[in-house]
Amino acid sequence: MPTLEIRDLFVALAATPDKPIVKGLNLTIRTGEVHAIMGPNGTGKSTLSKAIAGHPDYVITSGDVLLGGKSILEMEADERARAGLFLAFQYPSEIPGVSIANFLRAAVQARLAEGEEIDATAYYKRLYSKMDLLKIDRKFTSRSVNEGFSGGEKKRCEILQMAMLEPTFSLMDETDSGLDIDALRIVAEGVNLMRGEKLGVLLITHYQRLLDYIVPDFVHVMYDGRIVKSGDKTLALELEAKGYDWVKQELALSASAAVATA
Amino acid sequence: MQPPTDTLAPPDLNFDSEVGDSASTVENPTVGIDQSVGDFTYDVKYAFDAGSGLNEGVIRYISDVKKEASWILDFRLKAYQTFLEKPMPTHWATKDLENIDFNKIRYYLSQGQKPKRTWDEVPDDIKRTFERLGIPEQERKFLAGVEAQFDSEAAYSNVKDIVAKQGVIFCNSTEALREHPEIFRKWFGKVIPTGDNKFSALNSAVFSGGSFIYVPKGVKVAMPLQAYFRINAENFGQFERTLIIADEGAEVTYMEGCTAPKFSTSTLHSAVVELVALKGAKIQYITVQNWAPNVFNLVTKRAIAMEDAEVKWIDCNIGSRLTMKYPGVILKGKRARGEVISIALANDGQHQDTGAKMIHAADDTTSVIVAKSISVGQGRSTYRGVVHIPKHLKGCKNNTECDALLINTNSRTDTYPAIVVRGDTHAVQHEASVSKVSEDMIFYMQQRGLTEAQAMSLAVNGFVNDLVRQFPMEYSVELKRLIDLEMEGSVG
Ligand SMILES: Nc1ncnc2c1ncn2[C@@H]1O[C@H](COP(=O)(O)OP(=O)(O)OP(=O)(O)O)[C@@H](O)[C@H]1O
Ligand SMILES: [Mg+2]
Repeated sequence: MPTLEIRDLFVALAATPDKPIVKGLNLTIRTGEVHAIMGPNGTGKSTLSKAIAGHPDYVITSGDVLLGGKSILEMEADERARAGLFLAFQYPSEIPGVSIANFLRAAVQARLAEGEEIDATAYYKRLYSKMDLLKIDRKFTSRSVNEGFSGGEKKRCEILQMAMLEPTFSLMDETDSGLDIDALRIVAEGVNLMRGEKLGVLLITHYQRLLDYIVPDFVHVMYDGRIVKSGDKTLALELEAKGYDWVKQELALSASAAVATA
Repeated sequence: MQPPTDTLAPPDLNFDSEVGDSASTVENPTVGIDQSVGDFTYDVKYAFDAGSGLNEGVIRYISDVKKEASWILDFRLKAYQTFLEKPMPTHWATKDLENIDFNKIRYYLSQGQKPKRTWDEVPDDIKRTFERLGIPEQERKFLAGVEAQFDSEAAYSNVKDIVAKQGVIFCNSTEALREHPEIFRKWFGKVIPTGDNKFSALNSAVFSGGSFIYVPKGVKVAMPLQAYFRINAENFGQFERTLIIADEGAEVTYMEGCTAPKFSTSTLHSAVVELVALKGAKIQYITVQNWAPNVFNLVTKRAIAMEDAEVKWIDCNIGSRLTMKYPGVILKGKRARGEVISIALANDGQHQDTGAKMIHAADDTTSVIVAKSISVGQGRSTYRGVVHIPKHLKGCKNNTECDALLINTNSRTDTYPAIVVRGDTHAVQHEASVSKVSEDMIFYMQQRGLTEAQAMSLAVNGFVNDLVRQFPMEYSVELKRLIDLEMEGSVG
């Protein structure tokens, strides 16, 4: 079963490589699993996901990321994507003049073997069925990618792309933020349908509410560039009730305990 | 047909009065572009060759080979004098023009062939050239209705039966001036006078090839007429001359596509294209060009639109070392309408100096300019526009929109819009924007599996998409392919 392994990962901005944002993060995700990461603002969640996807703003100063046992760090962002990695962006980019239909078509085409041509009829059939599933108006196919979309529409469009590209591992960065209650349910249902032996998910979220719909197998708390606590879905409930101060206090306690035993 | 006055162009049609960039230094070497399209040449025996360099002898020789009437020879010789007298427009345009060595250019080459009637009669090597140009099989058959220029003479010229039956004349400049002077002489050199600029004078002296078209009154040509031009010999300047006359109520679309082989020394292309849309006529002129990165492409294109006539230039410039081209419309009759849609892509080492000229000369005339430029790497785009609406006119409208897209920080773009509007009953609107392809946008696309080149290409295609939609299908496909190739070459 394929895995996505993050090993003792340090990530910094390319401009300031000596100031790590992600500081020694370890996490292994298997297909079939859904992991949720929660953590305060600015703790490095988006940095982690973008660095894994190969964003040029970030450098990995040490550690490794392995997809199916092979390091992906030498691969270009597009190679990583074609190898099965998908990132649902917290802030998706707008691409003026490029319609969703054409964009996704190019993305699907990019995954075909050289010389192989996309079957246009089959493609549109599939696109429409996914759109229907996510309750996205078919008129959206001719709209430019994300241009003028509402926050919620952008997030739904990310899930549509994920559904069309069928990744092995999907990093979903705050896909729930900006969604209204109905949209949240629709998006969650969409993800749940994709869930299964062929997909591993890393779900970054601030809200327990999403985890009511997409029930995670594991919940991790990220703080100051590291995972400081892991548990099952009940951890999210506990966090919701007690807030991050509780985690910080626990951290302080274990730190002083460590000092005491030293 | 009303008789044309001798000079249709008002004196301020040139950019002479403008502050240009003559002070800036020229660093425009032809560098590292792997341009695989058009990068080929075949051994063709030239039956006529005027040698290199220009003098009266060369002009007489050209005229003699073409068996021209004496008035044409006179026209050429006068034009040669004007060419010698005219200064290089380096006081407003780039100093790179000074790098053209007129003595090293060959001004006339021909295979000495008569235009062919059927596809079967076209020599195999020329057919091979079309093949390499990527003209699809289907279209090659469609070439039955195509005027395709091979070097300076039309290697293949066959007006499809239907068009001929409608009374349309479609031939090259030599044939037109010889066989139909009564139709073409009246307007020849009238929309663009010889002395309009140094390069129109040069063209007037040495022109050969090009298309002359006459569409009779009320005739609507259903299919676009088209021609492919390319330069096939090193140092060979191509000076085609095109004149399209749409008589009252007539309609025609003309498409011109260019690719050129890559050569190590500079090549000059300097065409003159004149369009005449008589009362109520409609002309659409579409160009998609992709010159090799060593070509100087200095073209004068202008139309005159009479009462209720419409002229639309769709002009797409990719490649070349320097392109200077400002298609214009003189709106001579009431309610005439002129439109210029321009796309320019300047890659490393290239300078696209393009724009439009709209000269309002009657009441209630409308002009529209939409110019989009893309600058990649060291590429440079310049927009120059003239919109002229004199005081005594009423109810004129102009809408100008210039958008520039920059891909990487070294790119440079300038706009020199000159909008001269006098009088207060006119509506003029001008919008300009500069945007960048951001790293985040490229990353977003790469994250979906597209290579960096594909992502850039998609961003560029998106930028020009609203304009490309106005192109005929096969041209928009070709344009997309050219953009893809350019972007491939620009990613390190
Ligand atoms: N491109 C960047 N330029 C400057 N600073 C950055 C950049 N990317 C991340 N940072 C900084 O790194 C830290 C972590 O940011 P990141 O976006 O990863 O946080 P996050 O955990 O996703 O927060 P949120 O919950 O608010 O989305 C922040 O202090 C942020 O300002
Ligand atoms: Mg974030």
